[in-house]
Amino acid sequence: MATAARTAKIGRLERPALTGVLVREVVNFSSYWRSATFSSTVEPTIYLLAFGFGFGSLVSTINGVDYVEWVGTGTVATAVLFSSAFAAMFGTFVKYQFQRTYDAIMAAPVDTEELVTAEVIWIATRAGVYGCVPMVVAIFFGLDPVWGMLTVPFIAWLSGLGWACFGIMVAGFAKSFENFNYVVSAVLTPLFLVAGTFFPLDGFPDWMQVLAKLNPLYHTVQLVRDAVLYGFGWADFFSVVYLVGFGLLLWRVAIIAMTRKLID
Amino acid sequence: MSDELAIRLRGAVKRYGQITAVDHLDLDVPLGTCVGLLGPNGAGKSTTMRLLTAQAIADEGEIEVLGFQLPEESKAARAQCGVTPQLDNLDVTLTVEQNLLVFAHLYRIGRHDRHDAIERALEISNLVDRRDSRVDKLSGGMRRRLLIARALIHRPRLVLLDEPTVGLDPQVRQQLWALIDQMRSEGTTILMSTHYIEEAQRLADTVLIMSHGQCAARGRPADLVRELAGDEVLEVYGPPPRLAEVEADAASAGLKTRRTGTSVSILGVNGFKGYEGQRRAANLEDVFVLLTGEEIT
Repeated sequence: MATAARTAKIGRLERPALTGVLVREVVNFSSYWRSATFSSTVEPTIYLLAFGFGFGSLVSTINGVDYVEWVGTGTVATAVLFSSAFAAMFGTFVKYQFQRTYDAIMAAPVDTEELVTAEVIWIATRAGVYGCVPMVVAIFFGLDPVWGMLTVPFIAWLSGLGWACFGIMVAGFAKSFENFNYVVSAVLTPLFLVAGTFFPLDGFPDWMQVLAKLNPLYHTVQLVRDAVLYGFGWADFFSVVYLVGFGLLLWRVAIIAMTRKLID
Repeated sequence: MSDELAIRLRGAVKRYGQITAVDHLDLDVPLGTCVGLLGPNGAGKSTTMRLLTAQAIADEGEIEVLGFQLPEESKAARAQCGVTPQLDNLDVTLTVEQNLLVFAHLYRIGRHDRHDAIERALEISNLVDRRDSRVDKLSGGMRRRLLIARALIHRPRLVLLDEPTVGLDPQVRQQLWALIDQMRSEGTTILMSTHYIEEAQRLADTVLIMSHGQCAARGRPADLVRELAGDEVLEVYGPPPRLAEVEADAASAGLKTRRTGTSVSILGVNGFKGYEGQRRAANLEDVFVLLTGEEIT
């Protein structure tokens, strides 16, 4: 029987484990930040410019603000989605399936809960930064800088947290890259289109408006618009709670999915 | 040598659907020793290694690593273990030093000790001059050395080496053997899986021969050879009918045989003069084939 001396009890969600995984991400980011930044910011910016100037020539104002300003704030949610859900889905799958990075990490004193949590924090942090890019671009096209904009990185971070969990969860359940096509086509694209980013949801039938309000992207859009254009109200408190709930629920499911994937 | 155990497995079973990868395995690894898990591909060696890091959970049995019960206390056990996987899982776009830095954090080395730990790991692996090289620019041997250095960065009490030299040329293999031997001489406990006979014979204090997830034999390599294959082996060459005749004669004389391609090896032939052939010392491969009927590369 072994009688080796024991170290101090090791608990859950320990800072050294989270730090270790985060350090790996930060060090790695130094080798691919250009491509990641390009893909996470250029696409939403193109949406902003295309819709802003395309529809903007037909629709001058919506709900009392210029269409470019309206879209410029809405596409923050798009940038968050692109830089969190997509990065989490593909990045996680590559790391466990091809690079076997998670095998290496899990051989160290890190458990799945810590691994997923650290990855989510990192992806959300990136989303918090990248999410602001369309808003900054919109400033150059007439969006007035206001103090409320300072809350946008936090809104983007909170939303990115949930979408990162979503992406890791999908990667945890996926058996191949091809599985992602179903998720992108059947889940992410519809959610992206009915978030109130490019057009108001008022024209939808009542039942569809109710469904649209279950969309976390919708709440992200509402929070950003209120922060920048309309000012916060009580409805925003509900949106924050909704995004927190969305993140917490999918965080647990992502941990379950990755545990099944990483531990035989 | 200490009587304390670094690893203790009792009746460990791991199934994947209909396949039983590890089948009621008992394994003791005393502290300060090097134990070799020897077996062909698919024998259950890598699964056993994964059981010891709780990356696979046993369906039955007890597993204890450095005094910690698995899987419940696996994280505490992993904090004191180093693992070199069979498949390279280095971050290829990072430099040698960055890879070590990441694992210095993962293994909770304090800020003040981190630099020294990385320098020591670079020296152990003889990669000081390549510290700024990206991993994808390293040779296979260098990458293997880095994997071992990564596993040693926190001065683990136990090192798990899963096929540490698989796929490497003989020269690089010898370099790694020297590195493993150095670890052993410094008192680090080592559990090493391999399918190379020579590797087990040279490095392991004791070996456990695995076949189909079970233990086929265990003991010191020299003892196993002496007990099961005798001191001397006679290899008789000839056409298949002649070899069959030799096998039958040897069996009637109470001698064990094994087919080795174009020859029959008659084991434990000390003084036996029935046939013309080449005499050689018995080895672990003779033992393995005798016990399992499977050839090892």
